[in-house]
Amino acid sequence: MSGYAKRAVVTAIVTAAVVAAIVLYVALYLTNVPGSAAATRTPIGAQLFLATVPEAGPSDPHPTWVSFFAVNASAGDWRHVTTYEVPANSLVRITIYQFDSPSGLRNPFISQVAGTVGGVMTLDGKVTRAIPPEEASHAFALPQLGISVPLPGVEEEAKNACEHAPCSLANAHRTISFVIHTPAKGLYRWQCFVPCAAGFITGFGGPMQTVGYMGGFLKVV
Amino acid sequence: MSAIAGTSPGLMSARAPLWRRLIGFNLLTGIVLGVGGWYLGHWIGTEIHGVSLAYFSATAGENDIAIMLGYLLGVLGFLIGLGFAVYPVQRVFGGQPTLAERESHEHGLLRYFSLSTDHKVVAKQYMVGIGFFFFIGGLNAMAIRTELLQPNTHVFGANQYLTLVGMHGSMMMGIFTSGVLGPFANWLVPIMIGSRRMAFPRIESLTFWLLMAAGVVLITTIFFGGFQTGWTGYQPLGDQGTAGYDAYIGFFALVGVSMTLLGFNLIVTIVTMRAPGMTWSRLPIFVWSVLATAGLMVLAAPTLIATLLMAAMDRSVQTAFFIPGQGGSPYLFQNLFWVFGHPEVYVLALPGFGIVLELLPVFTRKPLWGYRLAVAGILGVGILSFFVWQHHLFVSGINADLRPFFSLSTELISIPTGFIFLCALGTLWRGRIRFTVPMLFCLAWAFNFLWGGVSGIFLADVPSDVTTHGSFFVMAHFHYTIMGGLIFAFFAAIYYWVPKMYGYKLSERLGKVHFWIMFLAFNSTFAPLFALGFLGMPRRVITYATNLQGLNDWVSASAYVLGLSLLLFLVNAVWSLVFKREPAERNPWQSKSIEWQLPTPVPLHDFEQLPVFDGDPYPYGDGRVPVPAVAPVGEGG
Amino acid sequence: MSGDGRTRGKGARHDARNVTLLWLLASAIMTPIVVFVFGPHLPPGHGSNEAAGQVVDNTVLLAAAAPIALGVLVFIAYSLWAFREREPQLQADGVPLRGNSSVQFWWIVATTTVALSLSGYGIIRLLETGAGGGQGPEPIAVPPHASNALQVQVIAQQWQFTYRWPSFGGVETREIELPAHTLIEFNVTSLDVIHSFWAYQLGVKADANPGVNNIAYVTTRGPLAFEVRCAELCGVWHGYMYNGGQVVPRARFASWIARARLQYAPATRNLSPYSKTYFPEPQRRAG
Repeated sequence: MSGYAKRAVVTAIVTAAVVAAIVLYVALYLTNVPGSAAATRTPIGAQLFLATVPEAGPSDPHPTWVSFFAVNASAGDWRHVTTYEVPANSLVRITIYQFDSPSGLRNPFISQVAGTVGGVMTLDGKVTRAIPPEEASHAFALPQLGISVPLPGVEEEAKNACEHAPCSLANAHRTISFVIHTPAKGLYRWQCFVPCAAGFITGFGGPMQTVGYMGGFLKVV
Repeated sequence: MSAIAGTSPGLMSARAPLWRRLIGFNLLTGIVLGVGGWYLGHWIGTEIHGVSLAYFSATAGENDIAIMLGYLLGVLGFLIGLGFAVYPVQRVFGGQPTLAERESHEHGLLRYFSLSTDHKVVAKQYMVGIGFFFFIGGLNAMAIRTELLQPNTHVFGANQYLTLVGMHGSMMMGIFTSGVLGPFANWLVPIMIGSRRMAFPRIESLTFWLLMAAGVVLITTIFFGGFQTGWTGYQPLGDQGTAGYDAYIGFFALVGVSMTLLGFNLIVTIVTMRAPGMTWSRLPIFVWSVLATAGLMVLAAPTLIATLLMAAMDRSVQTAFFIPGQGGSPYLFQNLFWVFGHPEVYVLALPGFGIVLELLPVFTRKPLWGYRLAVAGILGVGILSFFVWQHHLFVSGINADLRPFFSLSTELISIPTGFIFLCALGTLWRGRIRFTVPMLFCLAWAFNFLWGGVSGIFLADVPSDVTTHGSFFVMAHFHYTIMGGLIFAFFAAIYYWVPKMYGYKLSERLGKVHFWIMFLAFNSTFAPLFALGFLGMPRRVITYATNLQGLNDWVSASAYVLGLSLLLFLVNAVWSLVFKREPAERNPWQSKSIEWQLPTPVPLHDFEQLPVFDGDPYPYGDGRVPVPAVAPVGEGG
Repeated sequence: MSGDGRTRGKGARHDARNVTLLWLLASAIMTPIVVFVFGPHLPPGHGSNEAAGQVVDNTVLLAAAAPIALGVLVFIAYSLWAFREREPQLQADGVPLRGNSSVQFWWIVATTTVALSLSGYGIIRLLETGAGGGQGPEPIAVPPHASNALQVQVIAQQWQFTYRWPSFGGVETREIELPAHTLIEFNVTSLDVIHSFWAYQLGVKADANPGVNNIAYVTTRGPLAFEVRCAELCGVWHGYMYNGGQVVPRARFASWIARARLQYAPATRNLSPYSKTYFPEPQRRAG
């Protein structure tokens, strides 16, 4: 092969490799985000079921990380997503099955429910305004909308505790339910406020800082 | 007398086949041993973890010790594979000092993929290597601007966006600190001072390969979750990070070592290896800027290495240097980082000054105006750069008594910077200005750095800084000084010296197109950022106030054009240097500087006989022939 | 000196004179525009005394910068036109000027004077009331009657700001309303990593460092809405760490804070006692 042809081939190969690397970078890393789950429509608005677990489970890239999941009414059909689609300007009931044990709160301010309809939540059937801060296991908060709901934990020595996702309603759990009034169309973000990222400093690293575990988006459509 | 083995082509006819030549100490071996070293280190770290449970929290699923050991042994394996251990081992076992190891072995392309003691080869390795990582940093910038097109729709994940931001900043700040010294100082300084080599040629090669290893380490962060701290890596946020932050630590630790050694090598070379007659007052201004930059590197980079070591210990063995509840202090990190960080940005700015002042005489056909003032300016900026770092911390709650001092010192640094401008302006006055591509880039440097410097005045003023700190105003300021300043000077240097370094011309027409698109797109991209900062947009955000979307979209569109102009340069470079290969004249710019009096291509040992300098480095307008008189015999090979 | 036609003599005087005149003209036009047209609209606006002070400072800096920038630009533009190579075939050199000690001396004097003046001006203005910036736990630029200031603690955490009111029972709120025409003392601290409290329209920025109390003073003016954004990268939701606030008439503020005390009473019972800094558990690795 002439020198010119050799150089052309090498240039072509290098260019192709670079383009391929860029495509892989974008597709496999940059845009690799969890999917979304839609709330089911109800006569008055919509209903969303979520669950929180102590460990995401062996089939997850981070098997030991705490996480939120989207589930159905009987805590089945576990989907590891943290973007939830809800209708705009509606009443949306969110029910969370909480399977994890308490970690406490760094800011006890979060112990009080805020921003829900009535400023209350239903905890295992009882209307509750605030919980003891040391019982908090997780929280579901939308700071942009002023919504903050602490999720108390299952006792440490509870029988039949769930180790990792997927869990079932037969495992020890708490049920927290509340109604929010969704705003106009837009993208809002939610997060947990409890230092539940075990193994990370101040409990706020790892899953707390990774979309798809303890934080995500509320897509109001 | 040179006893270097013959280099005539005739002896090369019996070359071994390619596959045979690939066996030995080179990049391929380095990669193989590097990967092996990674796995070895990782395994050792896992075994240690198994034993010392106190330092491991299984629930995190993180093993920082394994990753750091993996990087360490991987880099060591890489360097051993390249052959850096050969000479030290030989010397330990009684070998004689010699430089002959690589000089006659390789010709052609394989030289560039191994340890080379030829400073010209190392310089060209730097040029391509830095260009590669600059390209990656630039791609990340394009991705960032794509994300910022819309405040309420996200193209990339929120974690990935912060890693993009951090990778872009780190790649640029870490790799480009050697951006001028690597390719240009290594090539030019020995020739300009009349030496045949650097003081420590193997260390010179080591700095290059360390930098390449560093870049690869940084890219591996995406396999460990990325890092969410930006290039400044603040603690305690960094401590919260997943293992991707260890890649950041590894990157800057390697960059720090590379910088320190590069600076050290240059200082020793310039101080001890000047040819007869090359007194301090005859030193080309570019060499002065390199000397000042090297001084900054040597003094600042070790601080970074120490700081990152402390951060690594906080992350892996549970020390608490930076954790307040346990007796540490986040202020410690901020201060230590900026003690490095501020001289670091002058490491980026000073070579730009040197290049522009070196090139202006050539294209105005006049001596450098105010040579001593220019030297004073360069040294003044270098020295003062160590006394200003707390201007990054004005509103962070530092001792309020300190702020007037640092505001004053920051304001004062504009004085020596002004000397540089005065000398540039004086060199233009009554010249015969030729608008070649390098000259265009020099003029653009002056324009851009002016705005960068003026915006610095606002940031130095504490009341004004209260609003602009941590906002896009700061981003505009440093992009104007670093990109508008250094990168434009860097391109001036490329267009100017490539004909001598590579022996081929770069297309002048494509160069002018590249220049104009880049200059206009650059200003269109970064000028609005001043407004965005003034309007309240903080840095490193994935969302912003909706009324700022118009400005952001304008900036993103301009950024794409800027990226295209750089792609155009890449096309020009590949086309001219790889395919067209039109030979360049010996001295296309009619420069009177010594490197242009040498033949093209420059022979292996640069000078037939070492020069003796007896005149002004810028003898324009005197009607004299500047080639320094050659000393009779005297210093041989 | 190969003939460029502009050696010493008439040509030389014309160039220097031309540049100087052009510069003076440009400065005379641009500086008033900058001061009077742009000046009043400079950030961060007039929402508080400190913000208005920053506007004045920015105007002064801009007024000083304009002639400097114009000087350099006019000089370069003129040189590029006047001294461009018109006869390239001659391959001639320019005038071998190596320096001019008088020019250098006066340049040094001028630039040093400008630098020292601007710096002095900035420091004097800073030391008045702190210009809205965080001064750490022991501020030195304290406004008069600071002991009567309304203390507001800003608690930055990952990833929202909450506000605590020590003179109102230590209640903590997520909203912030401030009384108009009042001296406010912000005590900014963090629970975890470094954040930064940036109340744009009030001209306030103070970093929130864990374990540190960072004090910033501001005197509010009339009612307005302001935006608070976090200005220091603090993790994945840094860009979303913002909230709105309001400056309201004093009576409205009083009723707002009274309502907040009632509304947040359950939370207040659970809070730790008010303190300038907090070290909540866990500090290190949880679990």
